[in-house]
Amino acid sequence: MHITKDLVAASATPLVLGILAEGESYGYAILKQVNNLSGGHLEWTDGLLYPLLHRLERLGYVESHWQSPAGERRRKYYRITDLGRAELTEQRRQWAAVVDTLRGVWNAAPMPLPLIAPAGA
Amino acid sequence: MTVDSNSELETQIAEWRAYVRRRQEMHQADAEELEDHLRGRIADLTEAGLHPDEAFLIAVKRMGSLDELSREFAREHSDRLWKQLVLTGDDPAGPARSRRELPVMVACAAAAALAIKVPGWLGLDMDSDAAASFFLRNAGLFALAPLAAYFAWQRRLGAGVIGLLAAFFALGATAVNTYPMAGDSHTLVLAAIHLPIALWLVVGVAYVGGEWRSGQRRMDFIRFTGEFLIYYALLALGGGVLTAFTAGTFNAIGINPETFISQWLLPCGAVAAVVVAAWLVEAKQSVVENMAPVLTKVFTPLFTATLLAFLGAVAFTTSVIDVEREVLIVFDLLLVVVLGLLLYALSARNPAAKPGLFDKLQLALVVSALIIDVLVLIAITGRITEFGFTANKTAALGENLILLANLAWSAWLFLGFIRGRMPFGRLEQWQTRYLAVYAVWAWTVVLVFPPLFDFA
Repeated sequence: MHITKDLVAASATPLVLGILAEGESYGYAILKQVNNLSGGHLEWTDGLLYPLLHRLERLGYVESHWQSPAGERRRKYYRITDLGRAELTEQRRQWAAVVDTLRGVWNAAPMPLPLIAPAGA
Repeated sequence: MTVDSNSELETQIAEWRAYVRRRQEMHQADAEELEDHLRGRIADLTEAGLHPDEAFLIAVKRMGSLDELSREFAREHSDRLWKQLVLTGDDPAGPARSRRELPVMVACAAAAALAIKVPGWLGLDMDSDAAASFFLRNAGLFALAPLAAYFAWQRRLGAGVIGLLAAFFALGATAVNTYPMAGDSHTLVLAAIHLPIALWLVVGVAYVGGEWRSGQRRMDFIRFTGEFLIYYALLALGGGVLTAFTAGTFNAIGINPETFISQWLLPCGAVAAVVVAAWLVEAKQSVVENMAPVLTKVFTPLFTATLLAFLGAVAFTTSVIDVEREVLIVFDLLLVVVLGLLLYALSARNPAAKPGLFDKLQLALVVSALIIDVLVLIAITGRITEFGFTANKTAALGENLILLANLAWSAWLFLGFIRGRMPFGRLEQWQTRYLAVYAVWAWTVVLVFPPLFDFA
């Protein structure tokens, strides 16, 4: 299953904030977690996570700091802020409303079978 | 993982990093963050059994195309597309010397500002004619000696070159101050105008770090001169605003700041700005585009049109140019402007590029200036043979001939270049070599003209 670009983009912010709400993390670990949670369905272009993180930082939702353990390369960690938590709550409320609405629609009309088989099937 | 494949992987990562760093939207820290990600991905993939080569390729692929990535970075950090001049010197990686740059520049500027007050403190009455004459003679020295000192430090000049610079400054100072010229004599005014030019070329020796024989370095000095003038003009504008606010605000509370402005703000600011402007040009060198060539591109067509229109008007009305000394000076200045347009177009031109429309336009500009100047010279020769040579006339005429010779030969070289018979480098060489002529002439006016014309 491939999730469209628009949906990936729309869900990126709440996903990242949600993961960071559980504790500070760094880019690659966040990406792996998104991958695990979605069962591999949510495909991000790896690099694009970073402009997103930087945007969240500029908006004050997360803050970052470099950690350099002895003998290892330094790594940039991100931590959610209070503002970020408030934003996450707000986004969750909005997403819940969207999901509820969709569920209502789909319960009323069960998933139709495609009339024409997709190409290659 | 073997040591061999490990070092190969490191090379690949280093190449990738260099590639990322070439994008100005991504800073060092971003590259490091992305590299950390890349390494994490590669480690996971090799752990899953992939060869490091393959792991690297997949990791890079998953990172996404750099174009897309830098577009996203640019959207988030749009400020990075505007090249910013970092003046705070807080780059901790920079060498100690470049961190001392700012304090040394400030010290030189402060020294310049103080030096111009010293004669007053030593008892020179600032409102007297003597003071006016003193500052007329020495303005160039006050403005340019601190600049020469700054470059001497900055370029780590050897004792020999510093000695040479000091000797020239001493020579200039001695000449203008010991020649018995009256405060309003023509030779003094001429010397006062030419001494800064002469000393500016001496500063050029310091600027090029003593390598004044190198054509490339001379061209650098020409570029520097153009940018310096622009930055000095900008600083002067800022100074004007500062002066206006100083006057306005203090007047509003009943304090008259006029003495402060005329005795402190203006003279100290003017000499200090020389050092600051030079430093700014150096600091912004690789950060901001040079402005002089941009202005050249804008004004070359306009000046060409004006000169051609003027020539057309002369031919149409068959009017004779009214020859006065002032007119000669106007045409001298016109040649200076045309030469400047030529020089700064040259300074920014890619020597390997083929001749284009702009080059033809430039040739038209130079040729029309030459024709106009020949008309003026023909008209004025009669007047001079009639009334004899004075210092002013000789200087104006000499300058005219020097510029004329330069432009005539430039036009010839330009023609050869446009017809594909001459490499562009010849033009550049001609201009950089000609700097010596300006130096000799400026020093001649300062040193030889006063005795030659009886200090009149």
